[in-house]
Amino acid sequence: MDLAYTEEEEDFRARLRAWLAAELPTLPPRPDPLDWPGRRAYDCGWQRRLHDAGYGHVHWDASPTQRLIFLEETERAGAPYVGANFVGLLHAGPTIAAEGTAEQRERWLGPVLRGDEVWCQGFSEPGAGSDLASLRTRAVRDGDAYVVTGQKIWTSHAEVADWCELLVRTDPGAPKHRGITWLAMPMSGPGVTVRPLRTLAGSTEFAEVFLDEVRVPVGNRVGDENDGWRVTMVTLSFERGTAFVGEVVACRRLLGELARTARKNGRWDDPVLRRRLGRLGAEFQALWRLTQWNVSEAQATGGVPGVGGSVFKLRYSHARQELYDTAAAVLGPDALDLGREWNRDRLSSLSYTIAAGTSQIQRNIVAERILGLPKGR
Amino acid sequence: MDFRLTGDQRALKQGVRELLDRRFGREALRAAVEAAGGTGAGAGEGVAESAGAGAGEGDGGGRAQGGGGAQALDRALWRELGAAGFFALRLPEAAGGVGLGLPEAVLLFEEAGRALLPGPLVATHLAAGEVPGAAEGETVVTRTDGELVEWLDAADVVLGPAEGAVPLRSVDPLTPLHRLPGTGHGTGTGHGTGTGHGTGTGTGADGRAPSHEASLLTAAEQLGSAARTTELAVAYARTREQFGQPIGAFQAVKHLCARMLVRTELARAAVYAAAVTADPVEVAGARLLADEAALDGARDCLQVYGGMGFTWEADVHLHLKRAWVRAERGLSGAAAEELVAARL
Ligand SMILES: Cc1cc2nc3c(=O)[nH]c(=O)nc-3n(C[C@H](O)[C@H](O)[C@H](O)COP(=O)(O)OP(=O)(O)OC[C@H]3O[C@@H](n4cnc5c(N)ncnc54)[C@H](O)[C@@H]3O)c2cc1C
Repeated sequence: MDLAYTEEEEDFRARLRAWLAAELPTLPPRPDPLDWPGRRAYDCGWQRRLHDAGYGHVHWDASPTQRLIFLEETERAGAPYVGANFVGLLHAGPTIAAEGTAEQRERWLGPVLRGDEVWCQGFSEPGAGSDLASLRTRAVRDGDAYVVTGQKIWTSHAEVADWCELLVRTDPGAPKHRGITWLAMPMSGPGVTVRPLRTLAGSTEFAEVFLDEVRVPVGNRVGDENDGWRVTMVTLSFERGTAFVGEVVACRRLLGELARTARKNGRWDDPVLRRRLGRLGAEFQALWRLTQWNVSEAQATGGVPGVGGSVFKLRYSHARQELYDTAAAVLGPDALDLGREWNRDRLSSLSYTIAAGTSQIQRNIVAERILGLPKGR
Repeated sequence: MDFRLTGDQRALKQGVRELLDRRFGREALRAAVEAAGGTGAGAGEGVAESAGAGAGEGDGGGRAQGGGGAQALDRALWRELGAAGFFALRLPEAAGGVGLGLPEAVLLFEEAGRALLPGPLVATHLAAGEVPGAAEGETVVTRTDGELVEWLDAADVVLGPAEGAVPLRSVDPLTPLHRLPGTGHGTGTGHGTGTGHGTGTGTGADGRAPSHEASLLTAAEQLGSAARTTELAVAYARTREQFGQPIGAFQAVKHLCARMLVRTELARAAVYAAAVTADPVEVAGARLLADEAALDGARDCLQVYGGMGFTWEADVHLHLKRAWVRAERGLSGAAAEELVAARL
């Protein structure tokens, strides 16, 4: 049980901190949340700076502890988050790094690291959400290409993406998990239609993607034909493993801000509310410690995040929603004013118990894979 | 940073688990419950007289009345715990101790909580080095805590003012309780301490046994109990069948179990980290999560057990009742929340 960082780790932290202090003041102003091309340019520009300073690869090659320090320090300094590069850096990139050929790694990883190309994730379909393996988008082999027809939905960043990590059905006769293939599909090709969907927050974070006889070269297949489910699981465990480190740090900062607001507007004198804030403080502190625990495990087992991520995500997503509900109690009438960032974030937080595997699905995973309870019928 | 248990820490934990399995396994636990008197059936006064069975080494004290009166503590086991270093764990080796720290103490108390080991363990552990014989397991030490005292009659030494204490019929068959008159803020000298620090409010204000250490060790016991009730519920859910399948295949049951694990693992991270930092605010937070994990864990385990969970025979109620008693110890939930809030 050692929570102290090694000299090498502290060194890494100090260098990063110094670099952030020099770099952040030179950033352009943040784009409007509704300006997608602007957001893409901003996020990619930041990734380019990270790359040039030697931090571009930190999500992949650095040790889990260095990654933890990186996410902690960048969040603390108020640096931008991965944004539009989320899928490239945290889903598709790691999958290609783990499962791709040398040529594929050469082709796709560099542009992601330099912030030149943006990826999106085309997994979910109208008929395949939690039951992802029931997906029906078809890919039929025609010479050296797959011809893909079907529909994806909830595809985040689809409007500005260059590539889509796409799951397609290549063998409709096989059991559902065994007929799926993983393809890298260019978003610019003929037959790809993106129709943005409006979220309850009013923004267009995700889209429907219609695919009409889109030709994808066979060389864009990562892993074997019909082995896409296994390839995908690598991606999903990355998503649940370390994707939320920065957000825990952010929550602790937000809670501090909330306490200051409450002290100023008088709500702090309400002992029930004050105690609710105290409990949240304990909660996020514990979530931070659980993160350190998971990172220590990952460090010891070679870096592949395991099911511990599900335990974390279950509690974190709930705690974050509780944070915004508590914020509403602190803000009083101002909680109904969308002019305030708190309230826009409160709306966004409603997706946390749904995206990346709903809480119910996470509980199934915890019960079946960690506790060994039998699968339901 | 490597937050995982070291090899030595894992070995220590395993060693204590084996010792407790051998010396205070399920049969011993149930024998102790029966010896403590009463089957819990019927709430009448008639069960009061069966107290004091067992080794008969309680000091009697003439105050015994009610079901939780002069209950005996297994002195041989207490000495064995002493010999194993349970109390002397954190004393320096030069003083005859083991020379380990709070993280190791937390692992021991987690195991104690898991096994439902009875006795004023926290008070005696904290008194080691202060009260002669405590470290070796020769002297049983208790401490007044607000309006309550655990194991008053069995203790050789009582820290804090215990005058006028009256026995309660303790909800936990294995934790006899006395209640102090008034609000528990008396400052009279404690009886029979022999060490001269019997004054104080019983909350560690005398600075000798900081109450945050008592809170942390209590949290560790709660953690052990939470882990145990999770295990019990899962084992039951895998074997009990209804509608032609194990009940653990039903999602309603499966999700109860998943939530138990999530609460337990979050509490574990919090308690272990608090042991490393020894920061009173972090301890307060860990205590909140550990209390929650133990109390809700026992409740959910009871639910998974169905009618069996409502029986005296199943161990579930013992975990719930002990968790209730521990939750009253030292820092209250409200005080812990205030402490964390003050630092925000
Ligand atoms: C903000 C946001 C961004 C997203 N981004 C992407 C993206 O970029 N790419 C992508 O591919 N997908 C994306 N998704 C989709 C997301 O992965 C799915 O929404 C999620 O997997 C749930 O699927 P569903 O919406 O079809 O709900 P359903 O699966 O229909 O679930 C509806 C309800 O039924 C419950 N349920 C379903 N099955 C079970 C079961 N077996 N046991 C118990 N309860 C069950 C669920 O928990 C839920 O409460 C995004 C979603 C959101 C909200």
